[in-house]
Amino acid sequence: MSMNKTILIKPIFVENPIALQILGVCSALAVTTSLSVTLVMCVALTSVVAFSNLFISMIRNHMPSSIRIIIQMTIIASLVILVDQVLRAFVYDISRQLSVFVGLIITNCIVMGRAEAFAMKNPPIPSFIDGIGNGLGYSVVLIVVGTLRELFGSGTLLGYTILPSVANGGWYQPNGLMLLAPSAFFIIGFFIWILRNKYSEQVEKDEFAMAPHTAEGGAH
Amino acid sequence: MSSNVNSVKNTLKVALGLCVVCSIVISSAAVILKPMQTANEILDRNKNILIAAGLFDPNVNTNADVEAMFAEFTPRMVDLDEGRYLTEEEMQSLGLDPQTYNQQTAKNDPEISGALGGEEDIASIRRRADYATVYVIQNDQGEYQSVVIPVSGYGLWGIMYGYLALESDGNTIRGIGFYDHQETPGLGGEISNPRWQAQWPDKEIYDENNEVAFRVVKGGGQGVHQVDALSGATLTSRGVENMIEFWLGERGFAPFLRNEVRS
Repeated sequence: MSMNKTILIKPIFVENPIALQILGVCSALAVTTSLSVTLVMCVALTSVVAFSNLFISMIRNHMPSSIRIIIQMTIIASLVILVDQVLRAFVYDISRQLSVFVGLIITNCIVMGRAEAFAMKNPPIPSFIDGIGNGLGYSVVLIVVGTLRELFGSGTLLGYTILPSVANGGWYQPNGLMLLAPSAFFIIGFFIWILRNKYSEQVEKDEFAMAPHTAEGGAH
Repeated sequence: MSSNVNSVKNTLKVALGLCVVCSIVISSAAVILKPMQTANEILDRNKNILIAAGLFDPNVNTNADVEAMFAEFTPRMVDLDEGRYLTEEEMQSLGLDPQTYNQQTAKNDPEISGALGGEEDIASIRRRADYATVYVIQNDQGEYQSVVIPVSGYGLWGIMYGYLALESDGNTIRGIGFYDHQETPGLGGEISNPRWQAQWPDKEIYDENNEVAFRVVKGGGQGVHQVDALSGATLTSRGVENMIEFWLGERGFAPFLRNEVRS
């Protein structure tokens, strides 16, 4: 049980897929301008990772290695289409705003990465939990980014006005940069910075050591 | 065991089995959820007609109000070339129903559409259906309160679809709403922003010579025929202007408005 708990908790901060592995950043930029859209995206991605891990792990011992990746992609793509159809039926307005990004979960590296790295080697239940954990790790980052972007970009949260904007007769001048993709990069950058201050073992070693400046050694 | 798993026979078996299972799951989901998706699409379209007509305020009204509010409108079919309403018999013989008629699919049906030549195709939509559904509110005496017409035109990335609501004179704009477009979010995508759309009401389409004088202009848009363009979205703004010029011109709704509404 404690093993399963570790699998669930670890990816949220310690091995966060976005912050540590820098996977799945694309959708983190695109769907975080408003919090409600972000939340739906988080639920969609978490369910896809969890179930793709579950199904792939279930059939991992029958999977011919030559078509392993294609099988994984087929399962992931089917799940994504399923999620897309469900969203279109139940939360139409939000699915309109998510547009292609639900479909792009297929190419989200977190899903494929967890399938290949975890589900292929572990039994179904831990794989499912690992999927949920990684989905939550993704969600934590997206919710932080989404909250900051919506709050400072439009002065609202989940559509409710928090900071009344100038255009609507308030005092807050919305920060337009927050609505553009680069702001998500900055916020994720700060998030990683804070995280790596806390868990210093996440800091990567330099791939190449910087050579000391040698004025006397002559040109190399 | 492992050689058995990797055998050609097993590979084919797994691949086939997986494809069958996945396709059954997906197609049944698509079939089961289709009615709800269609209902959502119709709801969204009707909501945009209401928004264009200035009846629906997203801050006040909810989706639950759409059906009751939309009941005020009568959908009617228009023959664009002849500029008149289709009669019941004509609609029956053509097999058209204003409730279900889809102008976008009809546009690609050679029976009831035509290609647009280079000069005519101001809005870059290539083909145009011969018939369109308009939504009208008439009072008991048959006088028009409002006419809502479908409009579409190429923006920057794709065709923008919307509704334009006109006052009873068939000239003054009552409002505009877009229900589908692919413009850049935050720039051209601002065509959906109620704040930008708020400058449309009370602007006029035609000048004294009955030419389309409506323009989307940079920096201001104070004139009675002008609205302000979107900053950072020159091509989208131009697309909107072309769209209005086409759909209120001779190949669009001008004959219909002249014959049925403005007379």
